[in-house]
Amino acid sequence: MQHYLDFEKPIVDLQQKIRELRDYSTDNVDFSSEIKKLEKKATKLRDEIFSKLSRWQRTQLARHQDRPYTLDYIEHVFTDWFEVHGDRNFRDDPALVCGFARLDGEPCAVIGHQKGRDTKSKVYRNFGMPNPEGYRKALRVMKMAEQFGLPIFCFVDTPGAFPGIGAEERGQAEAIARNLREMAALTVPVIVTITGEGGSGGALAIAVGNRVLMLQYSVYAVISPEGCAAILWSDGARGPEAAEALKLTAADIDSLGCVIDEVVPEPVGGAHTDYVLAAANLKRSLKKHLGELQALSGEELVEQRYQKFRAMTRVQE
Amino acid sequence: MAWFKRKKKPLTGAVEAKKVQMPEGVWTKCKNCDEIIYTKEIERNLNVCPKCDYHFRISARARIDLVLDGGSFEEVDAGMQSVDFLGFKDSKKYKERIKAALAKAGGGDAIVCGTGAIEGLPVAVGVFDFSFMGGSMGSVVGEKITRIMEKGLELKCPVIIFSSSGGARMQESILSLMQMAKTSAVLAKLKAEGVPFISVLTDPTTGGVTASFAMLGDINMAEPKALIGFAGPRVIEQTIRQQLPDGFQRSEFLLEHGMVDMIVQRQEMKARLAQILRIFTKS
Repeated sequence: MQHYLDFEKPIVDLQQKIRELRDYSTDNVDFSSEIKKLEKKATKLRDEIFSKLSRWQRTQLARHQDRPYTLDYIEHVFTDWFEVHGDRNFRDDPALVCGFARLDGEPCAVIGHQKGRDTKSKVYRNFGMPNPEGYRKALRVMKMAEQFGLPIFCFVDTPGAFPGIGAEERGQAEAIARNLREMAALTVPVIVTITGEGGSGGALAIAVGNRVLMLQYSVYAVISPEGCAAILWSDGARGPEAAEALKLTAADIDSLGCVIDEVVPEPVGGAHTDYVLAAANLKRSLKKHLGELQALSGEELVEQRYQKFRAMTRVQE
Repeated sequence: MAWFKRKKKPLTGAVEAKKVQMPEGVWTKCKNCDEIIYTKEIERNLNVCPKCDYHFRISARARIDLVLDGGSFEEVDAGMQSVDFLGFKDSKKYKERIKAALAKAGGGDAIVCGTGAIEGLPVAVGVFDFSFMGGSMGSVVGEKITRIMEKGLELKCPVIIFSSSGGARMQESILSLMQMAKTSAVLAKLKAEGVPFISVLTDPTTGGVTASFAMLGDINMAEPKALIGFAGPRVIEQTIRQQLPDGFQRSEFLLEHGMVDMIVQRQEMKARLAQILRIFTKS
């Protein structure tokens, strides 16, 4: 593990100790019983810490620097991937990757936010915050998928759409709005997974699906905890409190009963501790939902999706 | 002991009598040009500043009176109210915020919806009320918009929404976000059925409202100098650490960048809407 969060530190320290003991072990010196004991302790500690994570800690996990991003899931879940670029209008947006691939042989379109890992790639990916041209590229690829009768997989992981002068000039709001309307009318299966941060309209713009899944430690909200705190208390540092109020975790949203269809389990320490297992879990869920949706006609898919979002209402009459 | 002692009683009465008693609200300071103007004069001018043409925010009822034919408006879903299903609490509980807003407004929520007529042409309309929690869109607003659009679909009559909103209602978290998808999805149906949708953007229209139905009008119309945008100016300034240019995110800026079709004065709004409706419904 390259990076770790505060609450991960005790686990990381123990694992480090185990690694050291292993390195010292030779044919003459046997630490295996100590190692076993420490491993047991590490597992117990990890289970304990992860069983009572606060909403803020879960938010931090969703933003973990080592968390798998869209291109990682593409590598581990799909084959035959090729990326396509540009909105045919202004430029290519590296914060949103689009392309085509196969899921166990089945051709499909894949769309997702992409963050960077080091400073250079973070800047290149604009921290996963798309500009209007990113959303327009995504829509172009979705329409193409519809044209060729391919299912669409969307992976959501963004702090939000980029708030900049150029973004406003080129119609950030219009780009997001158009995607919402056009996605509602797609005649092919659309399966959305919130893999990390589901940040507001910038997330929703690729998240109008027949199925919406959330990874166990992902979050999804109308505003970031920091943004919410800045508005409510004029103090962005009170994010942890805002995270509690926003009820933004996968479990919270699942309990509303109408927004998401499944919480996909992650490895105990979070998806970043085991990409292969995290991807395998996700793949299983994607295949299950795709199988169910393939039984529906284009018209039925549109209607099912419409009714799903139509039912998202809590009012008193 | 004091060095000076007041021997005479202080002079009162005469001074106070001279002061002119000025009741609140007789004069209004224009937010745009800072001119102090007789309030009645602004009201006579449809709440538009006579000096600088600034369009003041008006209530949903005033907007309905202004645009629809007299007596034609029939409200729907008037009794729909917000629920605090998350138990949201910041400095105040959402439940209490709803209660306070309801008491102030005498019921309803941040939008008034219904059917009516413009120069005799039937329309389904929704009008935001910015004074109700900043016109924010939660479940109630999203549901009322969706229903009025479905009404337009059912009656095959044009839909007009007058927006004035700070965006999604934070206190309803994820469900307020979902109202963006819901209100945009129904527009796909209107489009397929050939039912016209006119979006009128008034000061201010930002966030989740702009990034959903409000930007999806067959015609996007704006009142002069209205603030219209996705991210609020403060957020952008903090992100790019630069001061924003004058006129940024105003109606005129959006017109220049091709995001709205026209800017229409309040006085001309009704006639212009009627003109468009006649073309789009071939009557």
